[in-house]
Amino acid sequence: MKRVKRGPWRAGTIGTAMAAADPSRPRLTTSAMIASIAAEGQRTEAAPFGHALVEAARERPEILGMTADLGKYTDLHVFGAAYPDRYYQMGMAEQNLMLAAAGLAHEGFVPFVTTYAVFASRRTYDFISQAIAEEGLNVKICCALPGLTTGYGPSHQATEDVAIFRGMPDLTIVDPCDALDIAQATHAIATHDGPVYMRLLRGKVPMVLDEYDYRFELGRAKLLRDGADVLVVSSGLMTIRALEVAKLLEAEGVAVAVLHSPTIKPLDEATIVREAARAGRAVVVAENHSVIGGLGEAVAGALLRNGVAPPLFRQVALPDAFLDAGALPTLHDRYGISAEAMARSLRGWLQHRRP
Amino acid sequence: MEARTTTRANAPALEERAWRIRRNALRMGEVQGQGYIAQALGVADVLAVSYFHALRYRPEEPDWEGRDRFLLSIGHYAIALYAVLIEAGVIPQDELETYGTDDSRLPMSGMASYTPGMEISGGSLGIGLGIAVGIGLGLKRKGSDRFVYNLMSDGELDEGPTWEAAMSAGHWRLDNLICVVDVNRMQADGVSTGVLNFEPLPAKWEAFGWHVQRVDGNDIPALVRAFDAARHLAEPKPRVIICDTRMAKGVPFLEAREKSHFIRVEADEWALAIEAVDAGRTA
Repeated sequence: MKRVKRGPWRAGTIGTAMAAADPSRPRLTTSAMIASIAAEGQRTEAAPFGHALVEAARERPEILGMTADLGKYTDLHVFGAAYPDRYYQMGMAEQNLMLAAAGLAHEGFVPFVTTYAVFASRRTYDFISQAIAEEGLNVKICCALPGLTTGYGPSHQATEDVAIFRGMPDLTIVDPCDALDIAQATHAIATHDGPVYMRLLRGKVPMVLDEYDYRFELGRAKLLRDGADVLVVSSGLMTIRALEVAKLLEAEGVAVAVLHSPTIKPLDEATIVREAARAGRAVVVAENHSVIGGLGEAVAGALLRNGVAPPLFRQVALPDAFLDAGALPTLHDRYGISAEAMARSLRGWLQHRRP
Repeated sequence: MEARTTTRANAPALEERAWRIRRNALRMGEVQGQGYIAQALGVADVLAVSYFHALRYRPEEPDWEGRDRFLLSIGHYAIALYAVLIEAGVIPQDELETYGTDDSRLPMSGMASYTPGMEISGGSLGIGLGIAVGIGLGLKRKGSDRFVYNLMSDGELDEGPTWEAAMSAGHWRLDNLICVVDVNRMQADGVSTGVLNFEPLPAKWEAFGWHVQRVDGNDIPALVRAFDAARHLAEPKPRVIICDTRMAKGVPFLEAREKSHFIRVEADEWALAIEAVDAGRTA
């Protein structure tokens, strides 16, 4: 029997009719193509990946750009415009995209390959595994729409890409946070020898980390702010959320530390274990990914193996489910990864700890 | 020294090369007590023409930049490629004894990181042609006039990525890409066209923008003509040579045996098979 997620429509309950009934409520819609995770009024930079790649390619003629009909939607079109003769439009054929990238890497080139995270992880796993990673080839797979960054529905929501890729030997996995992080990570993976999977935010990408004493280093987690009550270990856009939550809770007298771990594999276990071992501090792992197989479980495993047992361990992550379609702010709230929802979770967990 | 600098006059005939390739493969099968021997025997003539007529390479320098790239998409044909790499002097003759044993450079399935002269790790069937597209593009970027060859099986025609790659090669007009399809009409679950019908095969490749030839893959003069035509064609198109081969070719009692993907050879039959191949030596 096929699953039914939505009951029959009744006038006045949702959509236009509802907006007409209550004009104060904005009508939230969604689009897979123009999704931006930036909040209104947030500082942003346009296409940080594309511009950083253009810069990196200036000194490194071996860098190429390749895409499967998603150049415009992964910011690779910026590279294509700057270096038309180094840009390969491979058509909507992701398997061949990965294989051809392997072939070009065989010949000494460094292809930066883009598609959506769902297609790279779900559709081309075998090709990345056997044609690229098993031979240690220098292919950089950079994918837009990681986790829940589109309201388009499960076909485009890569909620399990990290879980899928963490099992692949020799693959480096990077989940940068903002425009600054993406730009620096792009340069870092360009000089790193070996295959990399990087999760991309594209379009207008928030700029946050320039206010912190931060620099991206492959394989390193960085403490962005300290706090005695809770340690949040986070990656990707959830680091932006964690920093917002830390400010919210600071006003309520709760001190939140934020440890940003953009490299998910190999994980900076030493730094994470050291920070998590600080006495009396709750540990919360926040990720734009399913609770299964992502940063949360990676951190939990590292702590257990190292004999570190924080007084409280929780995950802010997406549920193990095919998620709803809808507007992104609605969904981030629904699934607990908006700043407000995350703050609510933390308050609840901390309250239980108090005598 | 390039293999091709061997003068035609003093070089062993291609038939002699094919005989030695079959013998090497049978010796490996004997050592291991198993192996994809029917495929190796069937494709031996194709490999003889590839390595001793068409390809440019340096046996002592397998990674020589000026080589033609030869990709073995069908990882389980490794026994056949080792046999030809031994004959070509890329792998020492004695190393044959290690085939398929622990820590050998000659594992059952071909892997680039194990064996000199093995360009890619095949085995996950259907990946070779796509990699060949990338190598073809890469050679063009470098201004190289070398070819990339992809040896694949008819079973790999079932795989979607084969046709993604075929369309891509046509789109990029990769005139430096030569795909060799070994049509031995047998795959894991039975007769290839019965498992999934890929005919009419030439029409399919033509429709994807390829120059197509179909030859008897055990007819050496015909193979030589086909490889020459593929290499010297002026048209800016990728080239495919569809080779109809007979499994276990050269060992009559195995040729007559009921065909299967993994042909059964009893322990005492390896020596008999070598005798049979020796008896059929034409050189």
